[in-house]
Amino acid sequence: MLLNQFLLLSAFLFCTGIYGVLTRKHTVLVLMSIELMLAAVNVNLVAFGAFHNSVIGQVFALFVLTIAAAEVGVGLAIVLLIYRNTHSADLDDVHALKG
Amino acid sequence: MFFLDHAWLVPLIPALSFVVILLFGKRLPRGGSEVGIAAVGASFLLSCGAVAQWIDRVQNADNSHGLASAIGALGRGIGRLGAEGGEARVLPVIHQYTWFQNAGVKLTVGTQIDGLAVMMMFVVTLISLLVHVYSLEYMRGDRRYTHFYAALSLFTASMLLLVVASNTLEMLVGWELVGLCSFMLIGHWWEEKPNSDAALKAFLTTRTGDIGLLIGVVMTYFVAQSATGHGTFNILVVNGSAASSKVSHTLVMWTALALLLAIIGKSGQFPLHTWLPDAMAGPTPVSALIHAATMVVAGVYLGARLYPIFWYGLSIGTPGHGGLNAMAVIGGITVLIGAALAFVQDDIKKVLAYSTISQLGYMVMALGVGAWTAAVFHLFTHAFFKADLFLGAGSVSHSGSHHSFDMKKDMGGLKKYMPKTFWTFVIGSLALAGIFPLAGFWSKDEILVNAGHNGYQGFLVIGAIGAFMTAAYMTRCVYLTFFGEYRGSVEHELAEVHEAEVLAEGDELVEHHLAEEQDDYIPGFGAHAVADEHGHGPHESNGLITVPLYVLSFFAIFAGVINIPGIERFEKWFQPRAAFVPVSPAKFSVIVAAISLAIAIAGFGVAYLYYWRKAGPQDLSEHNGLARAGKHFLVMKYYLDVLYTDIIVASIKGPIADGVYWFNQHVIDNVLNYAGRGAVVAGRFTYQYIDQKGIDAAVNEIATVTGDSGGAVRRVQTGRLQFYALILVLAVGLFALALWIFT
Repeated sequence: MLLNQFLLLSAFLFCTGIYGVLTRKHTVLVLMSIELMLAAVNVNLVAFGAFHNSVIGQVFALFVLTIAAAEVGVGLAIVLLIYRNTHSADLDDVHALKG
Repeated sequence: MFFLDHAWLVPLIPALSFVVILLFGKRLPRGGSEVGIAAVGASFLLSCGAVAQWIDRVQNADNSHGLASAIGALGRGIGRLGAEGGEARVLPVIHQYTWFQNAGVKLTVGTQIDGLAVMMMFVVTLISLLVHVYSLEYMRGDRRYTHFYAALSLFTASMLLLVVASNTLEMLVGWELVGLCSFMLIGHWWEEKPNSDAALKAFLTTRTGDIGLLIGVVMTYFVAQSATGHGTFNILVVNGSAASSKVSHTLVMWTALALLLAIIGKSGQFPLHTWLPDAMAGPTPVSALIHAATMVVAGVYLGARLYPIFWYGLSIGTPGHGGLNAMAVIGGITVLIGAALAFVQDDIKKVLAYSTISQLGYMVMALGVGAWTAAVFHLFTHAFFKADLFLGAGSVSHSGSHHSFDMKKDMGGLKKYMPKTFWTFVIGSLALAGIFPLAGFWSKDEILVNAGHNGYQGFLVIGAIGAFMTAAYMTRCVYLTFFGEYRGSVEHELAEVHEAEVLAEGDELVEHHLAEEQDDYIPGFGAHAVADEHGHGPHESNGLITVPLYVLSFFAIFAGVINIPGIERFEKWFQPRAAFVPVSPAKFSVIVAAISLAIAIAGFGVAYLYYWRKAGPQDLSEHNGLARAGKHFLVMKYYLDVLYTDIIVASIKGPIADGVYWFNQHVIDNVLNYAGRGAVVAGRFTYQYIDQKGIDAAVNEIATVTGDSGGAVRRVQTGRLQFYALILVLAVGLFALALWIFT
């Protein structure tokens, strides 16, 4: 069973996601990077499920996909509202939490 | 035994009536009087039942097994209980309920019904009932009619509570309530200053005596404690304890003296009698009630109730050569001074008031010389003829003299206008003077013969002199009121009418008319009441007034019968047989009776000659300096009022006021000033050092530290999401590194 390859792929995807989240300025791109991180996790789940010959990993992956869809809906709605309020989708313009 | 067991109803019914009249009286069709009369009538019927059952109990007392053990249980080892000799003991009917318990001492309330109590219940309720009925007419249209009836009810209830009380504490409650009610009723017309002054005087003077009662009541507890080991206020136990050899004679003596002070205050004995004549400021029915049944006889009743205390405390049973003890001396003095003052009064009610003082003196003297039965018997007969006389005087003022009580100005010659009042008044006077065979003769004679029998010859003489004076001043009173020419002038009459109308107008006019209309509902009296209006000259009073007079006259004639020699039911029925003293009643003496009768007739004769026939030195006081001084001394009432108000009170209140002022200026003010200054200094110190430098500094410091630390930390809060995410990732990486290193 090829586990390490899957894990490496997953780690690569995750790191790509993190990089995207930390560096991209556009809100939609940040959301997309988060989706990448979720995909990495799903790869991990499916890989371990197959490795242990168990169906639980795939079930979990399905759940994560479902919830990720819902989360994207909420996230895009937030992005839309931010855009409407600030006329910008740039994360640097959203700093209301500044102390 | 229903009536004896349920004697608590007797005071309770008038007490409830008081509450009902007070709350609803004004809304009732007759202003609450119907409630009062019904309540007192019910109490009267219950009392009659109680008298009948008590007599029955005494008559059937021979088969009284187990009574001795019952007494023993009550008295817990009291030595001498009950009268010695072959007579059966008749226990009082006692019902007690625990009032409260405190520190192992159980205080009870209850009823103790014996001969004395049922006799008093009968007298109080009968007189009160008659006074209630009489007041329907006498107080008609009064501005505080409802209030008057409420107070009458409470007055009756308080006296009855005192009568049925089973312990001295309960008696104290009744006693004080009686004092309160007398205050309310004497000051019934308080709008006029003399009336409210009189009420205050009565209240404060009797309070002087009440101090004695309070002390005495507390001491009865210790008397019982030293005799039985258990302190109690129970009258029977206290009475039994007084005889016990375990009780120190000094303790009993001081108890007796304290209680004697209470009697002096309440029963108008010398030297605290001064309130009683002033109490005439109250409405006449109240005077009758006070003098015959409720207020003043409370003192004599106390003496009769706790008689063993006096008997042993004052050594009444063993007179020395002089035959003196405090009680008899007080009574004897009062007999003479009261009678002497009655001669110089122009006010018919004041004559009767001093007469009451004198007669109460007889009762106290009789108690003092060991004549218990005679004292109580005199109380019994005196109640009837004194109520008769007072109500008669009220009738005269109501219908004959236009609300005046001045015999010399507004009366005289009323015999032909008011024959019914005249005859009942004469019967009362004859009974009071002790003319054979009316009630007063038997009771007064019994006092005299017992005084001689018990070794108090001096008081026999005093009593005889008192009888002479009584006959004489009553003759003067009857002469001035009913004989000679009518002295109430027309002008005076008109002025009185005007004044009465002015009084009647004002806020109570409606009630006045209401009362008049209501009179029509009384069958037989209505027509009379119309003729009874003001301004028609002297005339006879109507039935509501004369019927009570008839009833009282009947008793004034026949009340003596129950204790005439050979029958002596009064003694058999009403003298206590349990926890009592070994009195030895004297045999009836024809000689003493004849002498006392002769003395009374002599008094009558002398007064007759002096006032009718104008014999002897008339207007002596205007020619002879000595006589004038003597009369002035009497008119000034022995200067006792001057002594009390101007000397004692003034000398006390002046220095007290000065002392209090000095104390106020120098002590209290200084204390306040220093306290104020101290407070200012302390305040400044607190402000500067504690508040400013302590609390405020601490608070400021806390705020500064918080602000500074906040300023330091806020730099981290950039508001940039990706910066937060970076920290998050770094932290997770750090934790992962740590996990990797340490595992």
